Amino acid sequence: MSRARYKLVVDPIACDGAGVCAELLPEMITLDPWGFPIIHGDEVPDGLLELARRTTVSCPRLALTLVRLDKR
Amino acid sequence: MTAPTGPTRLLDASGGADVVGLDAHLARWGALPDVSPKVLLDAVDRSGLRGHGGAWFPVGTKWRAVAGSGRSKPVVVANGAEGEPASGKDRYLLHHSPHLVLDGAAAAARAIGTDRVIVHVTAGPVAGVHAALAERARRRVDTCSFEVVVAPDRFLSGQESAAVATVNGRNPGIPTFVGIRSVRDQGVAGRPTLVQNVETLAHAALIARYGPEWFRSVGTADSPGTALLTVTGRWEAPRIVEVPYGTTLGKALGIDAGAAAGIQAVLLGGYGGGWLPTSTALTMPFTEESARGHGSSLGAGVVVLLPTGVCPLAEAARVVRYLEGEGAGQCGPCVNGLDVLATSMEHLAYRPRSLRGGVAALPTLCGLVEGRGACHHPDGVARFVRTAVDAFGDHAALHLSRGPCQTTRPFLSVPAPAASVAR
Repeated sequence: MSRARYKLVVDPIACDGAGVCAELLPEMITLDPWGFPIIHGDEVPDGLLELARRTTVSCPRLALTLVRLDKR
Repeated sequence: MTAPTGPTRLLDASGGADVVGLDAHLARWGALPDVSPKVLLDAVDRSGLRGHGGAWFPVGTKWRAVAGSGRSKPVVVANGAEGEPASGKDRYLLHHSPHLVLDGAAAAARAIGTDRVIVHVTAGPVAGVHAALAERARRRVDTCSFEVVVAPDRFLSGQESAAVATVNGRNPGIPTFVGIRSVRDQGVAGRPTLVQNVETLAHAALIARYGPEWFRSVGTADSPGTALLTVTGRWEAPRIVEVPYGTTLGKALGIDAGAAAGIQAVLLGGYGGGWLPTSTALTMPFTEESARGHGSSLGAGVVVLLPTGVCPLAEAARVVRYLEGEGAGQCGPCVNGLDVLATSMEHLAYRPRSLRGGVAALPTLCGLVEGRGACHHPDGVARFVRTAVDAFGDHAALHLSRGPCQTTRPFLSVPAPAASVAR
């Protein structure tokens, strides 16, 4: 069975720039000059998947989601 | 009822008439043929027709995606909400040949398996559309039902998710974040929704009649057929023309070397499009591939010939500030980034020495907004700024070394902000 592949997606309307995600997952997320997240890399590496999952549920606006890459 | 053989198609039936009524329409084109959804989908697929609202998406692929979504009965939105200030071709087509658009919408409805069509237009064309629908109802032309929804007069009104929001009566004219889902799956009233530009539908109406080979007999393999353009700067007033793809703009608009010398640069695609050097714009093959190869796009068919003698940086700055004001104000990078971009362009235009980081700062700022909105508004603004920096680099150097131009008469059309109009 092949493992599932994921990417991180920000809902830019819901996001209000709290910046929690960049603190929890600096390996993949930095902030722009106004405090809004920039996602680096298309696919979440295996080793970061669990941390990425925890980061999505820590967003106060639930604006960050993990999206399956292999499904549409 | 023969197929047009020349490069004039959508504008063929006029015979000089201002509005092509139902009788004249049927006399010229005949009734929409009674064919199966499969035949329609195949014809549109094989025609290679692309979306003329600006996104250039393959129409057959989109129709199949909505038809195959299968959860509930789909909806067709015939989109004529033309928010681009430099574009008038959709309004013109709706005024001049409404039945070609409505035929195309009826064909799309049949192809994707629905009988519900919503005509989404700004206030201007509403009366004409109602008159055309009344003619069709009297003659029982259609098996589908039509409804007219009025869009707010804003730059973003025609954006796909904004159009759906307007029809659904929530935040009219404001885009939503569709994420991995699309209005093709869940749009009007949660149903699979086909949002298609009115010019695209008019082309589809002719493909339904004359087939894909006829459609491809004009244009190129990847840009088949013709396009309606709104041309500003060639004649006294902006004019709508129909141009076959694959020609050159110089030839299509009759611009010789003498006339070209009076053109400073050419804006293709609109305010979300890009500037090209005059020689490139007038001599490249007029196709979407060429425009993209030069960092621009044919977009919704806007062509602006910027005359010499106006300050291109002041023109660009006014447009970027307008676009900043037309943002929906929802996404952080767009809200913050477009304001900084507009301010930087104003510095370059009027107070060049105040531009921190010089001209090189502008592409970097563009990179901070690109791909970071719920819709493509920031991407379009970034393209406009990037190509302006390229096309007007020499002029910018003059501003930085000798100071700004003396104020010139504004050339590009920029509507007043909504708030000051209301006051």
